[in-house]
Amino acid sequence: MKFLRNQLDKVKHSFEKGGKLEKYYYAFEAIDTFLFAPNTTNDSKGSQIRDAVDLKRLMMTVIIAMVPCLLFGIYNVGHQHFLAIGQPGAALGEKIGIGLWQVLPIVVVSYGVGLGIEFVFSILRKHPVNEGFLVTGMLIPLVMPPDIPLWQVGVATAFAVVIGKEAFGGTGMNVVNVALTARAFLYFAYPTDISGGVWTYLGDSQAVAGYSGATPLAVAAEAVKGQQVVAALNTFGSGWNEGVFTLQNLFIGLRPGSIGETSTLMCLVGAFILIVTGTGSWKIIVSVFGGAYAMALLLNLIGGSPFMELPAHYHLVIGGLAFGAVFMATDPVTAAQTESGKWVYGILIGVLTVLIRVFNPAYPEGIMLAILLMNVFAPLIDYFVVSANKKRRIQRATI
Amino acid sequence: MGKFIRLKKGFTINLQGKASPKVVEAEQPETFVIKPTDFHGIYMPKPVVEVGDNVKAGSPLFHDKKNERIVFTAPVSGEVVEVKRGEKRKLLEIKILADKAVEFVAFKKHSVSDIQNLNATEIKEQLLQSGVWTTLVQRPFGVVADPAATPKAIHISAFDTHPLAPDYNILFKGQDHYFQVGVDILKKLTSGSVHVNTHATSEISTVFSQVKGAEVNKFSGVHPAGCVGVQIHHIDPINKGDVVWTISPLGVIQIGKLFLNGVYDTSRIVALVGSEVKNAQYYKTYTGASVKKFIEGNLNQEHVRVISGNPLTGTAIGKDGHLGFYDHQLTVLPEGDQYEFLGWITPTTKKISFHRALGLLSFLAPGKERVASTNTHGEPRAFVQTGVFEQVTPMDILPTHLLKSILAEDIDEMEALGIYEVIEEDLALCEFVDVSKHKVQEILREGLELVQNS
Repeated sequence: MKFLRNQLDKVKHSFEKGGKLEKYYYAFEAIDTFLFAPNTTNDSKGSQIRDAVDLKRLMMTVIIAMVPCLLFGIYNVGHQHFLAIGQPGAALGEKIGIGLWQVLPIVVVSYGVGLGIEFVFSILRKHPVNEGFLVTGMLIPLVMPPDIPLWQVGVATAFAVVIGKEAFGGTGMNVVNVALTARAFLYFAYPTDISGGVWTYLGDSQAVAGYSGATPLAVAAEAVKGQQVVAALNTFGSGWNEGVFTLQNLFIGLRPGSIGETSTLMCLVGAFILIVTGTGSWKIIVSVFGGAYAMALLLNLIGGSPFMELPAHYHLVIGGLAFGAVFMATDPVTAAQTESGKWVYGILIGVLTVLIRVFNPAYPEGIMLAILLMNVFAPLIDYFVVSANKKRRIQRATI
Repeated sequence: MGKFIRLKKGFTINLQGKASPKVVEAEQPETFVIKPTDFHGIYMPKPVVEVGDNVKAGSPLFHDKKNERIVFTAPVSGEVVEVKRGEKRKLLEIKILADKAVEFVAFKKHSVSDIQNLNATEIKEQLLQSGVWTTLVQRPFGVVADPAATPKAIHISAFDTHPLAPDYNILFKGQDHYFQVGVDILKKLTSGSVHVNTHATSEISTVFSQVKGAEVNKFSGVHPAGCVGVQIHHIDPINKGDVVWTISPLGVIQIGKLFLNGVYDTSRIVALVGSEVKNAQYYKTYTGASVKKFIEGNLNQEHVRVISGNPLTGTAIGKDGHLGFYDHQLTVLPEGDQYEFLGWITPTTKKISFHRALGLLSFLAPGKERVASTNTHGEPRAFVQTGVFEQVTPMDILPTHLLKSILAEDIDEMEALGIYEVIEEDLALCEFVDVSKHKVQEILREGLELVQNS
């Protein structure tokens, strides 16, 4: 390690002020601080000691929390592939192989494009390379369909990082969630490639007879009057993927969908890691689930269409609600920043998700739009919380 | 009757090197220093002594040009050996080579019954003349108290929750009488009450528990429960336009001694603490003492940072430095200027963290004493994580929003968000726990100065 340190120290001065490569200082700093925690000490005045945490470690914690979803997603992509082409007996290794073959390139493209842009901006705008993209770069693949063309991943990532983040000044300044910006970009720019039958990777093989690429949300949305949604879900997939949309399987997540978001179980494992480490706000996670459940219950009471009568707990396991609640809504930069604001923010995301799902048949998956919408309103929520704080102070003074 | 207030938020930084309960009367340091930079709200300190002058304890050394009534006096007797100036001839410190035995300027003595008859003007006059006045700190802003003001209350924090803080039972043992007289005098300076804020769950010295004529409040909870700003927030918060004074128990005792004995007696006990100190213990000395004699031959290693004050709010003074005016603690910590290979991800139980992020395992054994170096453990970043400052700030204040309003230099917003209620020490823990490594205390002081000068 000493050798590596010496090499870094040798070249360091040319990146510092007045050095030949001064403009690339932040690019060098990013690599330097990645390899070695810096030797900087606290100022002579003020706090002489600092907490051992830094942004790199915090972001790494989030990435670790996503790993269960990623691993499960890799397996599931392969699993769904073999079910769809009528080879349910394929070996575990084969499934993982197909999954890796599909998923890894997406991860590589997302990180490659995103970090590339980060470095370019760090040089142009003279700000440090921010660790935020370590998380974004993993979130983007997890919300992509397995069949997505790689160039679209690249374009979406570039759009999200430049317009969603760097235009505002980088990590910490962005208004909307960067990964969701990428997903929303694809949805509106290339709608045909991110809806319909894209949720299962078929490759060159022919789909088995009876195969349908519909998602549970689509099945629920298309249920005709008089038909029980639950029955429609339970019988879906007969012939090629029996029981794929039963409640139990929806929870476990062996079903078609975006790479990382199918398994509610794995999302809950991630949520557990985020909450135990204090990295993600438990208030937001709980309130998104709570808001969605309450809204769905209300719709059950009103009734009217089969989708409205879908039992409330189904809403928690279908679509990307769990993934969005755990990993997207909790993004501290774009969420409400006050503690009581987080409750309002989370509940409204849950409520909006269910409303969009049920009343917008064109795009039944609502969590993405709900979070983006609430990202925009989060400052407003905070505004009211902060105003209340100020008001308490003024009232106190007048008594 | 005092109040009982239970504080739930905060964090204990459990460091190695607490002082053993032993007071050493070693040979006194040779030099003593008074630094204008220890005081806030001093615009232009102007020295009234020259090198070579002889001074007694209580002789004026310098005063503020804007308010000449506030005089800063010598803590010990001896010869002025240095008047140190910095850029633009700014006065940095006045150094005194101390006599073997301290000689005092004789101020007026009073009997206990006389003291009951003194009025505020007489009291202020004697406090100002002797220099004891400067122990009074005024909120908002944490400046030296304004003699023209009448505070709505005076607060005394009777415990210290900072990391490695000294035990007040040792610091002020046997000073009951002086403290009582000090409180009696302070009562005449305020339109409200004198509050003595004690810790509910530790042993309270009779100095504080037996005091008469003051509200004795009790606080439970961890740091920053001992910060007087936090206490004021819960007892009688500072609103716009309010003036509140705070004073340390030592200051109160000095007031008592000034009126009973007619001297400015700065003798005090300081704790020498920290993981790099061989014998962490208490020393008897005077305000502004050189720390050289205390640490010489008493360190585990040489690559250290010597801090006047505690690790959260103190100032690095170097091995030849002198204690700050308000500090009763001298901390020696390892200097943290080393690189650490993949230090941002390596799991560790040794580094202290309020967070439980990946690999930071100190939360598993919070009672264990640990070593902390002066390393920043990361680079400065924009605000990202939220809700953490709130967990270590037991006040109805939104630290992140307050800090952002300061960065935006929005004075109205700062006022509305409660800048009048805090000074550096109250938010020091935010600086410690901050993931993005902001200089919270520095930012806050900039905000305070902006508001003060607006």
